[in-house]
Amino acid sequence: MSGLLWLSGVVVLPLLAAPVVYIGGRRAAAWLPLPVALAVLVSSVMLLASVQAHGHWRYPLGGWLPPLGIGWRVDALSALMLSASALVALLVAWFGRQERAALGEGRGRELFWPLLLFLLGALNALYLSADVFNIYVTLELVSLAAVALVVLAADAAALRAAMRYLLIALAGSLAYLLGVGLLYGAFGTLDTALLATRVVQVPPVAVLALALMTVGLFAKAALFPLHAWLPPAHSSAPTAASALLSALVVMASVYCLLRLWVGVFAPVVEPRLAQLVGALGAAGVIWGSLLALRQQRLKLLVAYSTVAQLGYVLILLPLLAGAGAAAAWTGGIWLLLSHAFAKASMFLAAGLILHARGRDQVSDMVGAARQLPVAVFAVGIAGLTLMGLPPSGGFVAKWLLLEASIRSGQWWWVPVLILGGFLAAGYVFRMLSPAFKDAAGLERFEPVPRLPQFICLALALISVGMGLYAAPLLEALEAMLRVGGTTA
Amino acid sequence: MSEPIFIAAGAAVFLIGLYGLFALPDLLRKIVAANIGTGGVFLLVLAAARTADQQTADAVPQALVLTGIVISVSLTAFALSLLRRLVELTGSDRLDEGEGE
Repeated sequence: MSGLLWLSGVVVLPLLAAPVVYIGGRRAAAWLPLPVALAVLVSSVMLLASVQAHGHWRYPLGGWLPPLGIGWRVDALSALMLSASALVALLVAWFGRQERAALGEGRGRELFWPLLLFLLGALNALYLSADVFNIYVTLELVSLAAVALVVLAADAAALRAAMRYLLIALAGSLAYLLGVGLLYGAFGTLDTALLATRVVQVPPVAVLALALMTVGLFAKAALFPLHAWLPPAHSSAPTAASALLSALVVMASVYCLLRLWVGVFAPVVEPRLAQLVGALGAAGVIWGSLLALRQQRLKLLVAYSTVAQLGYVLILLPLLAGAGAAAAWTGGIWLLLSHAFAKASMFLAAGLILHARGRDQVSDMVGAARQLPVAVFAVGIAGLTLMGLPPSGGFVAKWLLLEASIRSGQWWWVPVLILGGFLAAGYVFRMLSPAFKDAAGLERFEPVPRLPQFICLALALISVGMGLYAAPLLEALEAMLRVGGTTA
Repeated sequence: MSEPIFIAAGAAVFLIGLYGLFALPDLLRKIVAANIGTGGVFLLVLAAARTADQQTADAVPQALVLTGIVISVSLTAFALSLLRRLVELTGSDRLDEGEGE
């Protein structure tokens, strides 16, 4: 069965390649990571095609059926996450091959490659898992790879940021694991689909478990109010690592959150709980954007914007209760995906400009438009998605969320969505306006090759293209909510 | 019905660990506290599963805890090596010193 081949392509292949690249050292790192990332991308797209053609399917690992065995689930959402992650990872890897300064200091430059592959394999296993304990294991693998990526910079600030990240992630995973234990104790299964049918038996335990797991995932995804570790960690990592962390790692935790709230616990979620989580998301949008506006360091600005953008996704949870459920669901996921491309582009472009200048302040952007025009253009294009302007993927996503707010009568999310867009415009223009100032009298930038700049631009253009070519994929996501579809 | 005692004990150990993780100043103690908290969670997982099925021993929670121990050991090792590097670089084992450089 070819499905099995593609499944091993997305998980087994990168997890095997990671130690090979580590042992093989510089020679293996020179040629192996890019073909592996490409193979993962091909496998992910084939899985997506199989879902589009035949609908969702499950694969019991080792032939053991649930409730004993661990299941993997391939549906439109997981296949889209796999494909987006693989594409971001491939482009970031290509960028790293061209721009070695983006990989860290000294030995970190070689360690980046096994970590990239390890992270990709762990993320993919996470997207496929249909078992709450297996999700815990893969979340830990993702956290290990992510913290290691932060310390590639190998200075004291990065070590401190990584340490703080690791401790918060540890506390988060303890809360999550506690929830898993409660679920198994009360319902006797860990499989998401079986849990979804059983949680109604003892609603109080289910809600307690959901609360614990949600707190754990909030800590791991840096959602407001547990976001404080993210900006130092993401901004002190080397450029290519920042892009992976901000685009992919936080997306994975938010994905788990959506799976739990929409797939497993939907029957017991009370509207008040969903409103609370949505309100935290809205607070994250406003607070993250305001802090992004105040940053002096360029990479910190970009990192705070991640906190803001992830907040939008949480707003889909309260909206699922109303008439616009399908629009809210597709809009939230589309925002998550287009943010990944835009943020990767923005971090890489910011990194290029900073490497060329050798410093890390927003004011160091002065004159960048003349000397690195393509990179500055990429920041602007990626900014379209963050602001939610047409024709970007962020525009489609926010439009859908707005539509859902109005149709379900929850008008109070509308000002948040609009204000968030204005604030995003504020911080994007804070980056762009010095770039167009005349650089006379300032020292020149180091020369920057063309190709890495065009890779940033490609990522930004993908995030915009997601606004132009969206309908078939949005339809597939919507089908998950319909009768006969499943989100568990 | 001795299980509620184990569940309560597990929850208490978890909370003690969590408190230590956030309240203690130096990183080595934070890492030890995280391990204590993990122990509490494992106790709770085993006890909670026992209440569900009184007659026979269930292998699944034990497998979960074993896997959890492996993960916890590797995370602890990683945290300790980060700490050692941090002490080598800065001479300090705290997070709050030398902020804002």
